Amino acid sequence: MEQKTTLAYLRTQPSPVLPPPVFAGGALQWVRANMLAGPGSALFTLAGLLFVVWVTPGLVRYLFIDAVWSSPDGAACRAPGAGACWSFIARKLDFFLYASYPREMVWRVNLCMAVGAVLAVWLLWPGAARKGLGALLFFVIYPVACLLALHGSDALGLPTAPTDLWGGIFLSLIVATVGIVMSLPGGVLLALGRRSRLPIVRFFATVFIEFVRGVPFITVLFMANTMLPLFVPASWSPDRLLRPLIGVSLFASAYMAEIVRAGLQAVPKGQTEGAQALGLGYWRMMGLIILPQALTVVIPGIVGIFIGLFKDTTLVAVVGISDFLRTVETARLDPAWAGPTISTTGYIFAAAFYWIFCFGMSRYSLMMERRLSAGRKR
Amino acid sequence: MKHLLIAGGFAAFLATGAAAGTLDSVKQKGFLACGSNTGLAGFGLPDDKGVWAGLDVDFCRGVAAAIFDDPTKVKFIPLTAKDRFTALQSGEVDVLARNGTWTQSREAELGLNFGAINYFDGQGFMTRKKNNISSALELNGASVCVQQGTTTELNLADFFRTNNMKYEGIAFATADEALKAYDTGRCDAFTTDVSQLYSERLKLVNPEDTIVLPEVISKEPLAPAVRQGDSQWFNVIRWTHFAMLNAEELGVTKANVDEMTKSQAPDVRRLLGVEGDFGKGLGLSKDWAYRIVKHVGNYGEVFDRTVGENSKLQIKRGLNNLWSKGGLQYAPPVR
Repeated sequence: MEQKTTLAYLRTQPSPVLPPPVFAGGALQWVRANMLAGPGSALFTLAGLLFVVWVTPGLVRYLFIDAVWSSPDGAACRAPGAGACWSFIARKLDFFLYASYPREMVWRVNLCMAVGAVLAVWLLWPGAARKGLGALLFFVIYPVACLLALHGSDALGLPTAPTDLWGGIFLSLIVATVGIVMSLPGGVLLALGRRSRLPIVRFFATVFIEFVRGVPFITVLFMANTMLPLFVPASWSPDRLLRPLIGVSLFASAYMAEIVRAGLQAVPKGQTEGAQALGLGYWRMMGLIILPQALTVVIPGIVGIFIGLFKDTTLVAVVGISDFLRTVETARLDPAWAGPTISTTGYIFAAAFYWIFCFGMSRYSLMMERRLSAGRKR
Repeated sequence: MKHLLIAGGFAAFLATGAAAGTLDSVKQKGFLACGSNTGLAGFGLPDDKGVWAGLDVDFCRGVAAAIFDDPTKVKFIPLTAKDRFTALQSGEVDVLARNGTWTQSREAELGLNFGAINYFDGQGFMTRKKNNISSALELNGASVCVQQGTTTELNLADFFRTNNMKYEGIAFATADEALKAYDTGRCDAFTTDVSQLYSERLKLVNPEDTIVLPEVISKEPLAPAVRQGDSQWFNVIRWTHFAMLNAEELGVTKANVDEMTKSQAPDVRRLLGVEGDFGKGLGLSKDWAYRIVKHVGNYGEVFDRTVGENSKLQIKRGLNNLWSKGGLQYAPPVR
């Protein structure tokens, strides 16, 4: 049969490209899928929008438009209708940072914080070179050098700044860092101890974990600070700052141990058997095979503990240590600044500070989680 | 309370053995451990630079000046109301200068001794000027903002009952909330200790529209405390206050103290250690009082600087004036 050369439906030209349907992609589609998926969703969206509209103008006015940005004392902030008193924060910033630390020595604090930040970035930066050296510096040399520098020593010709003068943001960071740095190795050891086949090790690890987890943190701080000196001679009782530092470390370790143990239980038994079949000893098996997998699984839990710990550092204030939040509470009592907006401003500042740190930790952990679980994701 | 008592008994037992010679131990360690408030305007509060200042703080500086001739040799240990007595009992602090009220039970049961009253406080009222009230006795029918669960609340009830007046007490969990309620007009008056009324008043939107009424309806003698069983240390503490009072009475000030050592007045000569050796019995040097005045000032100067005329609080001397000027501050003579 002969084919017709001019079929009615045969196109010789490609049809013009049409724009995609309005709701198939882009912002509108996102809005429809996420905000207007059904009547319930639409209602929530509406309520949310109303809430934002209701809150935002007042908030913006209070925080920015009506806020007092510069004034020598509280007079301008007391004016009727004045918003947040940022000049109070600016004026007291030094106090928030260093509390009573002698002002002529604060360069030591700044130096320590700067070095600490550099080392922390080095260690936390994925793929940074020579992390082993960084870890040695950060975990061994830095704490000793920094504590020595902060405290001062007559032998080195640095005048001493006793720990009762320490306080403010730098102290909060010290407490949090000590807790975070001590808790991970402590927690791993305790978790391994609790799963150990040696009964004595297992017994002590279990008792420690259960005891510490069963007692409120404040009680321990209070015991350490007010009862301990009753039982030991004055010369034996440790430094007032050292006590909460030890308390924080022990506490965080016990909580961390249970998280790590959860991770260990999530690693299939075959991994252990495989490692043993390769002839690896206990520590190499743990270090090379089991722990890397276990810790990856529980990153959210670990970071949850870190965040909780960071915020719990405010509890050291109950034993008379002037942490950041305590300095805010002290500063707001200053009669030169007394006013109706001072407390609110101080607490907003404190909340922003803690939020930035905690949100940062949370984001970092999400990123690490994605990187580390790349092998297991489909 | 029970814990405090147990701790107190235990501490008293320990204190008799361990704390013999607080003065010697202070001299040995080279600083005075002073239990201070965690923050109370005018009494103990770090300034912008973190340096403690206030009436109680200056008292501790006075003690340090008397012992070391250096008012900076003090460690201020901020203590909350809960742990202040335990800290003193356990030897964590050498003296507790923390606007603590001297009461019978504290002295008798907690194993403490209160030195000399360095501030006569008491509960008072503040109200808006436009109410045209000049006395607390005119508060009949008023609504009063007060902090919940404090002796303040009880004193308030007593005061109105004794005077056959009606009132509406509006209690709040914290002093801040109570003040806010007063500021927004929920109550006609606000009550707390007078020393605090002045600093709370400054937090109002318009502090000038509010006055502090003259009546004081309770006794709150604030005094530094020490552990029982160490009379020498107890003497050092209370004579530090007496030295500051005597200095004010004799007109010896921080500025003129060097000049005054040349004075012929026997009282002044004895106080400043030019004549006789009155520091010896206290375990201090001859010029102990001179050191206090030189470094810290006399009581009137300290009062004006921290809570009085030259401070933000503007508290009047009132009961805290010298006995010779109608107040209650009276010191035995140095002789």
